[in-house]
Amino acid sequence: MAVSLGRDRSGHRRRRPGLRRQARLLPVLPAVVLLLVFLAGPVLWAFHASFTNAALTGRNARSPGWIGLDNYARLLSDPVLPLSLGLTVLFVGGSAILGQNLLGLTLAVLMRRARRTVAAAVGTAVVAAWVLPEIVAAFAAYAYFSRDGTLNQMLGGLGIGQTDWLYSFPMVAILLANIWRGTAFSMLVYRAALNDIPGEVTEAALMDGAGGWQRLAFITIPMIRGSIATNLMLITLQTLAVFTLIWVMTAGGPANASTTLPVLAYLEAFKFGDIGYGTAVASVLILIGVVFGAAYVRLLREGKP
Amino acid sequence: MRRQALGITSLIAAAALVLTACSPAAPEAETKTLKVVYQKTDSFTALDTLFQAAKQEFEAANQGVTVALEPIQANDDDYGTKLALALRSPSTAPDIFYEDTFKVRSDVDAGYLLKLDSHLEGWKDWDTFDAGAKAAGLGDDGGTYAVPLGTDTRAIWYNKKVLAAAGVSVPWEPRTWQDILDTARKIKASDASVVPFNMYAGKASGEGTVMQSFYELLYGTESELYDADAKKWVVGAPGFTDSLAFLKTLYDEKLAVSPAEALDANVWKKVFGEWLPQGKMGATVEGSYSPSFWQKGGSYEWAEYGQDMGVTAFPTQNGQAPGGVSMSGGWTLAVGAETKNPDLAFEFLATALNQKNSLAFNIASSQIAVREDVAADAGYQAANPFVKDVSELVAVTHYRPATADYPRISAAVQEATEAVITGAKSPEQAAADYDTAVKGIVGEAKTVAR
Repeated sequence: MAVSLGRDRSGHRRRRPGLRRQARLLPVLPAVVLLLVFLAGPVLWAFHASFTNAALTGRNARSPGWIGLDNYARLLSDPVLPLSLGLTVLFVGGSAILGQNLLGLTLAVLMRRARRTVAAAVGTAVVAAWVLPEIVAAFAAYAYFSRDGTLNQMLGGLGIGQTDWLYSFPMVAILLANIWRGTAFSMLVYRAALNDIPGEVTEAALMDGAGGWQRLAFITIPMIRGSIATNLMLITLQTLAVFTLIWVMTAGGPANASTTLPVLAYLEAFKFGDIGYGTAVASVLILIGVVFGAAYVRLLREGKP
Repeated sequence: MRRQALGITSLIAAAALVLTACSPAAPEAETKTLKVVYQKTDSFTALDTLFQAAKQEFEAANQGVTVALEPIQANDDDYGTKLALALRSPSTAPDIFYEDTFKVRSDVDAGYLLKLDSHLEGWKDWDTFDAGAKAAGLGDDGGTYAVPLGTDTRAIWYNKKVLAAAGVSVPWEPRTWQDILDTARKIKASDASVVPFNMYAGKASGEGTVMQSFYELLYGTESELYDADAKKWVVGAPGFTDSLAFLKTLYDEKLAVSPAEALDANVWKKVFGEWLPQGKMGATVEGSYSPSFWQKGGSYEWAEYGQDMGVTAFPTQNGQAPGGVSMSGGWTLAVGAETKNPDLAFEFLATALNQKNSLAFNIASSQIAVREDVAADAGYQAANPFVKDVSELVAVTHYRPATADYPRISAAVQEATEAVITGAKSPEQAAADYDTAVKGIVGEAKTVAR
């Protein structure tokens, strides 16, 4: 607290506003330009392409035409869309908001109490999954859940029958894989947040006779509310965009049972060469991301006194 | 002080960034460069070998020209996507590339391919190409846009030992679909651990599902996929439902692999690498290129394949004429429409496809030759024990309708097979959904009910 106040005081020097202030923005300019060109650019291009019949091959590849809202009309009547939307919500809700978030918080809380060596060992194991490049993690998960994979071998060792996880329960396998891969991020965020809770607050609560659960519910969680909102926003947006993991594990199958929106967009744009329609799907995905983002930003604002 | 220094540094950095972004591209090198894009995987290196040889030959004959080989490591589907993305922009488009025959027409429509007619006129080798194979490179305007490397056919490959162990007399020559089921049931009864008769299904196998399974069924009925004369897609075909029902029988009675295995994109590797060589599979429908995996230097070397395996035509539904069904595809070489050096590019293409290089490639990848002088070569005829059998199937072969809508239609067919083998839909229902999908893709006016 004290530190941030000090920074405030020195930051408000108002001796020579105007030119100097604007000059100070100059170093930011390249970053802003880069953001505009490489982030806003593709988003705008995607919106634009979603109103055309642009294609990867065929006549429409040479001269794509403006077709207005046709792609969106087609999307709304596509029987795969409700399924895909549902699966995306299930994936984000199950693996990010519930899975990674809660597991990360639990681990962070437990690690404060655990012995140093145990905490270090658990931390390393969890972070290891996160350090892996996505494609490697995806293959590891595929190898784990596949028919002759590690999971089935362990279950076989216990005398439990073999299950084709990727075929019979594709979403379960993908949810677990994404929780495995992403929990480390939430854990790290929450560990940092928990370390920022002043000891005296917890002590005072302890003196007033608050139990473990009460301290968690009334002291810890309200105090790290900002971190929770930030974490939720980041992992939601990250999970919304997960493609490689699903593509490698199930490629959206069987019978579309794991086709989330990014997979659907890829299939339409690249497998079927219908770039216009694929970008329409991607645009819907962007809109969902914006809605989530706006909700969390509100939550963040309310969190601040 | 420090802050100022930081500011100046970032200013310089920013300026440097902007300047490099704006500076014009380096002037073109004096040597001309031809960019060649093709497919290469750990189990398919024959094409890489071909281009390496052609590069040496070509560079020796043309001083000052560099051939830049840029293999793409991907399966057929992903290769097609990456190539199409590269072709979209003239700055990334290759000068020469490896092109699937069924994409030629739609890529010509897209303006990606250079018309080769004027170049072919002066190329005496062109006369040695098989007339049927030449048709694969035609665009809708009748011009030739691509030159075939080879073609292929599809047949039933069976393990003689497995069939003999089940009491089936070899050589096996099924005449009808019922013969296949009878034999498969016989194998199943004699050894339940063997996969009696595999046919691909589902979206994971992609074109494999249709080329090496569904179309062998469909084209052996009275129905077809596409009416080429009317240029319309066939819907409501009884043969379509029958074909789906046949697949359902195979999978329901566990005569094929399990649905879970069929929906794994790597299933073909197990067919070639494990099940057939280890005697765990009775038969499968596969391409004439199958020996390329088993022969010396292939990815699943199997010294005895020549004696252990047998090949036979896929029968028609009830044994009707012509008595067999096969599907053909094959790949071509094409020149990019935006190439800066069309003459050199064609010259390279001609070098890559000369008699010597074609022969080596056709042997290494077990392709059916499209050049008469290669087909007549003793080395080619002796390349593997099955060259004659699979070449004869050209007489009963079919080609995919190479329209721009085809990939989507093919996906709808794959989806129908997936729905049937997983038990999600009955064959009738899946066929009806396919009809709806086709009408949605091409419009009701471009369909015809049979």
